[in-house]
Formats: sequence, structure tokens, C-alpha cells
Amino acid sequence: MKISLHNVVKTFDTFRAVHGISLEVESGELVALLGPSGSGKTTILRMVAGLEFADGGNIYFGAEDATDIAVRDRGVGFVFQHYALFPHMTIGENIAFGMKVSKVKREKSAIATRVTELLRLVQLDGLQDRFPAQISGGQRQRVALARALAVDPKVLLLDEPFGALDANVRRDLRRWLRQIHDELGITTLFVTHDQEEALDLADRVVILDKGRIVQNGTPEDVCRNPANAFVMNFLGDANRLPATIQAGTAHVEGVPFQAPDMVDGKGELFFRPTDIDWREQGEGIPATILRVIDRPDNRRVLARTDGGHAVEFDAPPEFSHGIGAAGHLAIQRARVFAAP
Amino acid sequence: MARRVLPGLPLSLGITLVYVCLIVALPLGALVFKAASLGPEAYWEIVSSDRALASYRVTVLCAFAATVFNLVFGFALAWVLVRYRFPGRRLIDALVDLPFALPTAVAGIALTTLFAQNGWFGAALAGVGIKVAYTPLGIIVAMAFTSLPFIVRTVQPVLEELDPALEEAAQSLGGSDGSIFVRVILPLLAPAILAGVSLSFARSLGEFGAIIFIAGNQPFETEITALLTFIRLEEYDYQAAAAIASVLLITAFVMLAVTNLLQARALRYTVKA
Amino acid sequence: MNSKEMTRPRRKQPPRVGDHPAFRRSLLAVVILITLLMVVAPLLVIGVQAFSLGIGYFGETIANSDTRHAILLTALTALIAVPINTVFGIAAAWAITKFDFPGRRFLLVVIEIPFSISPIVAGVSYLFVYGLQGLFGDMLQSADVKILFALPGIVLASLFVTAPFVARELIPLMQAQGRDLEEAATSLGASGWRTFFSVTLPNIKWAMLYGIVLCNARVMGEFGAVSVVSGNIRGQTNTLPLHIELLYHDYNTVGAFAAASILALLAVVTLIAKVALERRGAGRRPTLAAPAPQTEI
Repeated sequence: MKISLHNVVKTFDTFRAVHGISLEVESGELVALLGPSGSGKTTILRMVAGLEFADGGNIYFGAEDATDIAVRDRGVGFVFQHYALFPHMTIGENIAFGMKVSKVKREKSAIATRVTELLRLVQLDGLQDRFPAQISGGQRQRVALARALAVDPKVLLLDEPFGALDANVRRDLRRWLRQIHDELGITTLFVTHDQEEALDLADRVVILDKGRIVQNGTPEDVCRNPANAFVMNFLGDANRLPATIQAGTAHVEGVPFQAPDMVDGKGELFFRPTDIDWREQGEGIPATILRVIDRPDNRRVLARTDGGHAVEFDAPPEFSHGIGAAGHLAIQRARVFAAP
Repeated sequence: MARRVLPGLPLSLGITLVYVCLIVALPLGALVFKAASLGPEAYWEIVSSDRALASYRVTVLCAFAATVFNLVFGFALAWVLVRYRFPGRRLIDALVDLPFALPTAVAGIALTTLFAQNGWFGAALAGVGIKVAYTPLGIIVAMAFTSLPFIVRTVQPVLEELDPALEEAAQSLGGSDGSIFVRVILPLLAPAILAGVSLSFARSLGEFGAIIFIAGNQPFETEITALLTFIRLEEYDYQAAAAIASVLLITAFVMLAVTNLLQARALRYTVKA
Repeated sequence: MNSKEMTRPRRKQPPRVGDHPAFRRSLLAVVILITLLMVVAPLLVIGVQAFSLGIGYFGETIANSDTRHAILLTALTALIAVPINTVFGIAAAWAITKFDFPGRRFLLVVIEIPFSISPIVAGVSYLFVYGLQGLFGDMLQSADVKILFALPGIVLASLFVTAPFVARELIPLMQAQGRDLEEAATSLGASGWRTFFSVTLPNIKWAMLYGIVLCNARVMGEFGAVSVVSGNIRGQTNTLPLHIELLYHDYNTVGAFAAASILALLAVVTLIAKVALERRGAGRRPTLAAPAPQTEI
């Protein structure tokens, strides 16, 4: 089922949480809404679910205008951030809930069969008589997913699905969710503030800032061609140096960088710590090493340019220059954005 | 046992124990002692006399009716106060506690005046042939009034703290209002409702001040157990007073125990594996 | 964003359970009506009856020496019983929340017992301790100490029925606040009293006052227990609630309501104080009987 948002607006009291968002999620696609807290991502997800009503604009499920349809009739599966499992029901009863209250009457045995099936799908066979308080966080997360899937939703919506879990459980569940999605082919939209999670899991990443979409593309798109400084910063560590743009060239501490189609004036040069080579001599921005931090796979070097700006870069484990060493920063890949 | 860091255990625990012993345990012990000194046969004869049995029946049935009324009305009141916003909400919220703040004797004469033949409500009800004052209905009214706040005040905070995501989850799974109320909201409130019901019932069983004005106090008809105890005292029949009071005391303890058991059962899902 | 779309009327929030307008309106109407009949009407009838023979008669009734004596006795009882109960409440809360000792839970249950017991049972019980037929009856008589049918008996009965009031406000609060602050203070060299007065008390003062207000209301209004132990001697051991009964049974209805209006006023003041204290955070705690639901599930 395809989801389309047209110009959707949401205001809470005086705070405009969502500014005219338009977005399409193709049938069977797995899309991440990525942004910092307050970017409006959860509000968008809740509007798609029908847990909030939009103040303006429309939301379509396929060709049907779903904007004002109540959540119970919308046919969405929603996985809540803290799972919202019914604490007084067993795992089995939680999963069966949607089938029991459905207008479509099902045989008791049919419900039981489906519960067993779903428990197997989420790899929790045998836990159906436990209460939510008696299982681990990762298990609760999977129960929440099974419960949402039990009603055969048209779309699956997940709010920070891994937010409350430990780092290693999180990574396992991520891969596993992707696998389930590929198996079922259900249109899925999820919200996260963790860029690694979004890039790891999604077909497409929609990056939000202050209630607006700032970039919408595949993980490769957003990583290789960040639309602006916000995206560049949000997706990972980035160094920033002030630049002066003149006739398609950005000058940073005497070193020129290509900046085609940029208006003359002040700009900023962004580059990742991995995109720098340290040279004792030759071209590059002159700098001095302040500190070296050792990490399992490389060494992180903290340096200061002669212009007085801090720069961090990654060097191979063999990197042997110490504190106070002077040299040049050869920047392999960089992007120039207009100054804010 | 961990080493104590803070001072004051001997003093504070000493005061507490002395107080509890002198003020609570000593008198209750004296009552039990007095009742026990009767011997089983005499005791049984007093507590199973026709008049005593009739008083238990009146007290329990009226307390039951009053508690059922408060269960429904108190729940509705808690629901309205938590879930709806309307002008005067804070005032009603404050007024709920009036039955606790108003002395029972004052409540007693006020209710009697309202429901007497020529009172505001009594006159109107007489028109449809209902008599409240000096009948068991009057006892129910007095009990319902004095125990009104219990269910409201136990349900209200739990309803306030109910995670809205649970309701949203049930809605997203297709639940109707009715099925969500019955399957999700009510079970989660059950321990609180249980606590309120038990407090309300216990209070009604023991209530005295508000009832004696409105009840009419006819033996076998509208005489509650607390009043019978009092009457035996006024007749200087101390043994009978002790025996009947001990029945009230035992009932209160049984209620406490049953409530705790039911509570533990209702909350067993929160126990970690 | 075009303005045409913005002006489209829409429901602000998706409805929650019970938000259907017709249901909501009828439930509200029924609840408000019953509250008016059940709670507001008794309060009104007290006022109407008290002044039914004019303000002059009201004044006379209040000025009557027996009524004045009843008011004074009630105030005196509260003046003695409330501070004693407050000290007990603080001591119990301190012992139970700041230390671990065997029997803590049992003590909690025992403190709450007076709530579940009929005031008549309380009164009768005191009779069997201090009365002529009681445990100490002979001893007290030979020493010529009068406890029952006198002020000490009234105070004791009041202490019993209100024993849990201050403790039950303080215990959940001090439990939630933990021991860190007090441990920090003592580790910095503060004495126990100093720690209590400068660290603990500021954090519990509103809850304590809340308990005191409720305790006071109950002491001043207690009827059943006091009526057993006081002996109802007019002008001597008659508290205000007992005096109301006496006037009422003398067919002096207006007098009874005039006296009752004083206690009704006290009740209203208590409610106002209660709301004011709740605004400062007192009283809003999960009750011991109804634990808060777990949110993190």
C-alpha cells in the first residue's frame, strides 16, 4: 500500500511541529524518518497512523484519502516507542488482542494458530504465557511487532523501534527487522534519531529538521551528496572551516577548493575525518597536532590549523607523529556550503 | 544488615512502638480480652441472638448497596474529573472530599433534614411514594455519603497515570471504545477499584454518627451493629457490648486480609519472573 | 501552504475512549447533578436551617454557655491531640523510611488499622482499658484518676481514630525521597536533629501540614468514639459534635444546625486548605492501597 502525504501541517498550541510536508512511500518500501528531537518526525508518523489529525493537507493510503479516518479503521500496525504492551495480558493475549476485538469474527482455534505462527516469526516460541514484565526488552520489542502484524496491517509504522535497547541487541534486531520486512513485503515507515540505524535499515531516508524535509533519498544519496550543512553534520562527524567563495572557488586558509555554481561571499568547507591525509610537506592547510587518541581500528588526531581552527582526522594505526608535529592537511573530499 | 548511617532509630522507633502499643494495640487487646473472658457459649449466644443477627443483616446489606452505588458513581466521578475538561471541574474535585471533612454528626442531621417527610428531597420523594428517612434507604444514603470519596480517590490517580499509549495501541489494533474499556482500561484499574471498594465497604460497616440520625433505629428493622453495641453499653451490659464490638473488629480484620489477598492476585502480572 | 487548506475545519485531536460528544455530555450531566444533590445540598441545608430563625437567634445559640463550652472543649482536644499525632507521624515515618528493620511492613499495616475500624469499636475498647470494668479500672479508681468521661478519655479516643493521618502522608513521600540527602548531611558532620530540621523538614513540610489539616478536621468532628468515652455531660464533657446531637434530640433543630454550621465552616476551610496544599505538591501520591501502574512496560 502506497502512502502519500500532501502538504501536511500540524500545530500544537502555538508551536508548528510540521510545516507542509509532502512525501511518498512506495508500496513495499522501507523508509526511515530521521531527525533530531523536535524535528517533527514522530508527529508525522502519528498523523500517518491517525493518532494525531493533521491541521492541513492530506494523507492518502493508495488512492483513498485517509486524512480523517480514525486510527482503528485505518488498518495500520503501530509499534510504540516503549512498546505499550498490555501489562495485564500474557504475550499470547497481547498478540491475539487485535484479532479478538476485530469486527471480523475469528474462531478461537484460528486465533490460537495465528498467535503460534506469529510467535515463531518473531522467534519467541514458548513464551506466550509470560507477562510483559517477565521478558527482556528485546523480547518485548518483538512481541510489539508481532502484535502489530497480527491484524494484517496495510502499513507498518514504528516509533523509535530500537530506542530503548542496548547497543548490541539493537544491531541484531535491526538486521532481523529488515529480514522480516523482506519476507512480508509490507510498506514500512519508521522514526529514528540514530543515523546509523536509518542508513543500516532503510531503502530510503527522509531527513527532517524543524518540521521540514531537508533531504529525501537513498542512504547512498544522503551520504554522498548531503543537501546542506545540517545533513552533513547530522549524518556523522564533520570538520568545518570558514571559506571565502570567489568565482566558483572557495579559499580556505590559502588553499583553493572547487565550489562551482556558488555565489561569491562567505562559505563553509565541510569534510569528514576520514577524508584527510597528513603530509609533512607539500600542499594542504598548514596545521599542528595537539593530541592523538587511539581507537581499535585507527588513530584519531586532533589538530589546529595555522588559522586557529580545530580539525579532527583519522590516521592509520601506523601514524607516528606526536604532539606538536607540524604538517599539512591534504583534504581528499570536501563540500562547500554557503555560510548560514 | 547494612551498617546504619543515619541517627535516630532508637528514638523514632521507640516513640512509634510505644504509641502504637498504647493507643492502638492496648485498647484492641483489652476488647479482645473482655470478649474472650465470656467463654465460647455465652459469647456465641450474644453474637448470634436474633437482634444481633438482624443488625448484621441490615448493616451488611445497606453497606453493600451503598458500596455498589459508590462503585458506579465514584468511578464515573473519577472518570469525569480525569478525562474531561469542563467549567467547575476543580470545584467538584475539591467537593469530593467534603464527606471526609464534614463531621459525621453534621452530615447525619443534614441528610435527615433533607430526606425527612417535609425536607427538600423527602417531600419530592414522598410524592412518588418513596420514604427514605427512618428506613433502610436512609441508612444507605448516609453510608453512601460518608464513603463517597474512597473510590474516587483511589481510582483517580491511577486513571491519571494510565499510559495513553496503551489506549492508542488498542485503538490501532481496531478495538472499539467498549472493548478497550472492558479489556484494557478496567483490568488496569482493577487493583485501585478493589482498594476503593474495600475501604468504602469497611467504612460503611463501621459508620455510626451519620446513620443514627437518619436510620430510625428500630430493632430488627433499621438498627445497625455499631448502634446495637452502643445500646448495650447504655444498658450497662458491657459483656454484650464487648462481644458485638469484637464481631465488628474481626470483620474489619478479615476485610483487610481478603483485600490484601485480592490485591496481590490482581497485581500478579507485575511480578518479575 | 495555502490558506484554503488551513481553514478547513477539522477535529483537533482523535477521540479517546469515552470522548463521543453525546456520551460525554450525558455522563457529565448525570455526575454533576448527583454531586449537587449528594454533596452540595447537605451543605446548603445546614446554612439554610442555621439561619432559618434569623441571624439574631443564630447568635444567641452560639453564645449559649453550653455551646461555647463545647466549642472550647473541641478546640482544646484538637490542640492536644493534633501535636501528639504529628510527633508520632514524624517518628513513625522516620523509623520506617530511613532504616531497614524486621517488621517494617507489619508496622505499616498496624499504623493503618484505625482506618478500618468502627469508631464505636474504638470507644468501647477504651472503656475496657480505663473504665471501671476495664484493665486499669480498679487501679485508676483507687488513685482517684479520672480518664473516662473526662478530657483525657476524649483525647485518647481522638488519638486512636486519627493515628494514621500524619504518618500516611509522610511515609510514601519520605520513601520516595530516599536517604541520600540525610546521609549526605550526616557525612558532612550534621547532627541528627540538625539533619532533620534543615534537610528533611523543608522537603516534607507541606505533606506534614496536609496531614495535620486532615487530622484536625477528624479530631474536631469525631463523634462515635468520643460519644462512648465522654459520657455526654452537658457543659462538661460535651464536644461540639456531641452537643449537636443533644440539641437535635431536644428538638432544638435550629440550635443544632447553628452549632453544626460552625463545623461545616471548618470543613469548608479544611477543603480550601487541602486544595491550597495540593497545589504545593502535597497529597498527590500513589496511595499505599493502589500502587501506581508501571509505565515502562
